[in-house]
Amino acid sequence: MSTLLKVDDLRVWFETPAGTIKAVDGVNLTLNRGEIVGLVGESGSGKSITGFSIIGLLDPPGRIAGGQIAFDGTDLTGLDSESLRQLRGRRIAMIFQDPMMTLNPVLSIGTQMIETVLTHRKVSRAEARQRASAALGRVGIPSPDERLNAYPHEFSGGMRQRVAIAMALLHEPDLIIADEPTTALDVTIQAQILSVVQDLVAEMGMGLIWISHDLGVVAGLANRIAVMYAGRIVEEGAVDDVLDHPRHPYTQGLIASTPMANQRGEPLRQIPGMAPRPLNRPEGCAFRPRCAYATDACLAEPDETHGTARRWRCFHPLGLGQ
Amino acid sequence: MMAVLTADTLTARALKGVLDSPKATVALSVCILLVLAAVLAPVIAPQNPYDLMQIDLFDSKLPPMSRGYSGMLYILGTDTQGRDMLSAMLYGLRTSLAVGLTAGVLAMALGTMLGLIAAYMGGRVDALIMRFVDLMLGLPTILVALMILVVFGQGTGKVILALIFVQWAYFARTVRATAMVEAEKDYVVAARCLGISPARILFAHLLPNCLPTLIVIGSIQVANAIAAEATLSFLGIGLPITEPSLGLLIANGYQVLLAGIYWMSVYPGLLLLVLVFAINVLGDRLRLVLNPRLAA
Repeated sequence: MSTLLKVDDLRVWFETPAGTIKAVDGVNLTLNRGEIVGLVGESGSGKSITGFSIIGLLDPPGRIAGGQIAFDGTDLTGLDSESLRQLRGRRIAMIFQDPMMTLNPVLSIGTQMIETVLTHRKVSRAEARQRASAALGRVGIPSPDERLNAYPHEFSGGMRQRVAIAMALLHEPDLIIADEPTTALDVTIQAQILSVVQDLVAEMGMGLIWISHDLGVVAGLANRIAVMYAGRIVEEGAVDDVLDHPRHPYTQGLIASTPMANQRGEPLRQIPGMAPRPLNRPEGCAFRPRCAYATDACLAEPDETHGTARRWRCFHPLGLGQ
Repeated sequence: MMAVLTADTLTARALKGVLDSPKATVALSVCILLVLAAVLAPVIAPQNPYDLMQIDLFDSKLPPMSRGYSGMLYILGTDTQGRDMLSAMLYGLRTSLAVGLTAGVLAMALGTMLGLIAAYMGGRVDALIMRFVDLMLGLPTILVALMILVVFGQGTGKVILALIFVQWAYFARTVRATAMVEAEKDYVVAARCLGISPARILFAHLLPNCLPTLIVIGSIQVANAIAAEATLSFLGIGLPITEPSLGLLIANGYQVLLAGIYWMSVYPGLLLLVLVFAINVLGDRLRLVLNPRLAA
């Protein structure tokens, strides 16, 4: 497997009147072709910002304050906006949470898809239409030719997300960033979408970053999992390994908080305390105030361990018999 | 193809919404009727009010429903020159509508363009355009139009220019606000993620989403343009006397109103009232049915 994306020490800062918010504070992430990485964490942990940084759509006041994003050997942080635009949609695509909102309500699906094709490829309208129809067929939309004339409101939520995925797939991108794409769907539809996505990744050999807060979805879909907390990846590894043997107390807390892991009739377990406010993160390990294992050592910043398959940022990793 | 499709559904939605309301249906019928009457004025008017050969000075100031020297029936009476009021009103309506529509549509084009640019460029360009909009909106419409006409002189083209000048700001402000709201929506972010160029996002994605708003203020501003033109003509600095609009007809009749010759100003006034009222009722209904927040 070849490396497709290598994010190295990425820092994204938002300059606000109240101070600098370090939304992403030293993220390292590697993605191979044909691989699915689940990026999980609470709201505000910086996972979506990481996604937007990779695709080059950080809006001011956000800016990349440091680090590199090497995509297929090119550092994206050094590219001008026009080169980035050329990459977007063609080699890197994004799928969003709410399919109701990501399609233009007044343009037909066909118009929007043909426009996307023509943006990056010099082909005739008829050929563009052909491609659009093929893309719809690929994500399992029946009679795609007719459906091209339909407007977004004529589709159900699940179908609309399929359309959004089809649009992302139009140019067979190398990398897809999916930002909680099944959160707004009900479970049966979610399962259908997941299986469509899984098939497509296997078939086309692209890399997929699946941003989610749903451990269950990530467990079933991803090869690897990266857990984010307060702008950093606190633990990363193969899905089964991380979920069965969490090293970071935060990961353990997340797993324990899923309703399936709880005893019937018992109150649901949760991680005590609140996620730290981005302007006022604790010194050292950001999880320290909520952590049952914290000691004075945690006042210093934990470094990332340097194993390739398995990494964590903790002074007291669990399950290592310390 | 896409523009046609969009327009089709939008038109269909607008038409259905109008026909669902009896009041708006009447307003629409009145508008269509008046536009037809204006367009067909040379065909349906009893006489050509501009042709002095057809006008008999002996027939001047005849009250409605009286017969003239030549036996012609003057349904709405005649003016001081012996001109048939009905014919003069039909031709006046023609002028009023032409001036109002031209000015309204051109002001819409200019205002929309500037509003979109302001919304998209942001920063200094936005500030500059919007301060100018503030300036325009802060000044009384008629006063500015008056000043322009006083400086540049009379003439149909100049009246249209003056009306565009005082009206574009309404469109610019509304379009900017709508476009800025739309630009925040996820479909714009999604379009950016697909690498669609900024110009296309602006004109192919944002503009169609501003159309409902545009149609609504467009209709109201056309009515305003017609009323403003009438005011200017009434004050004697609008259209030239050779092409009397409704406003000029009212002004002419006004001079003899106190002498009891009411028909010369009241009938053109009523026609103007009906026209502006009908367009406003229609615009109001359109606002209701095209507002995405009120639509089901």
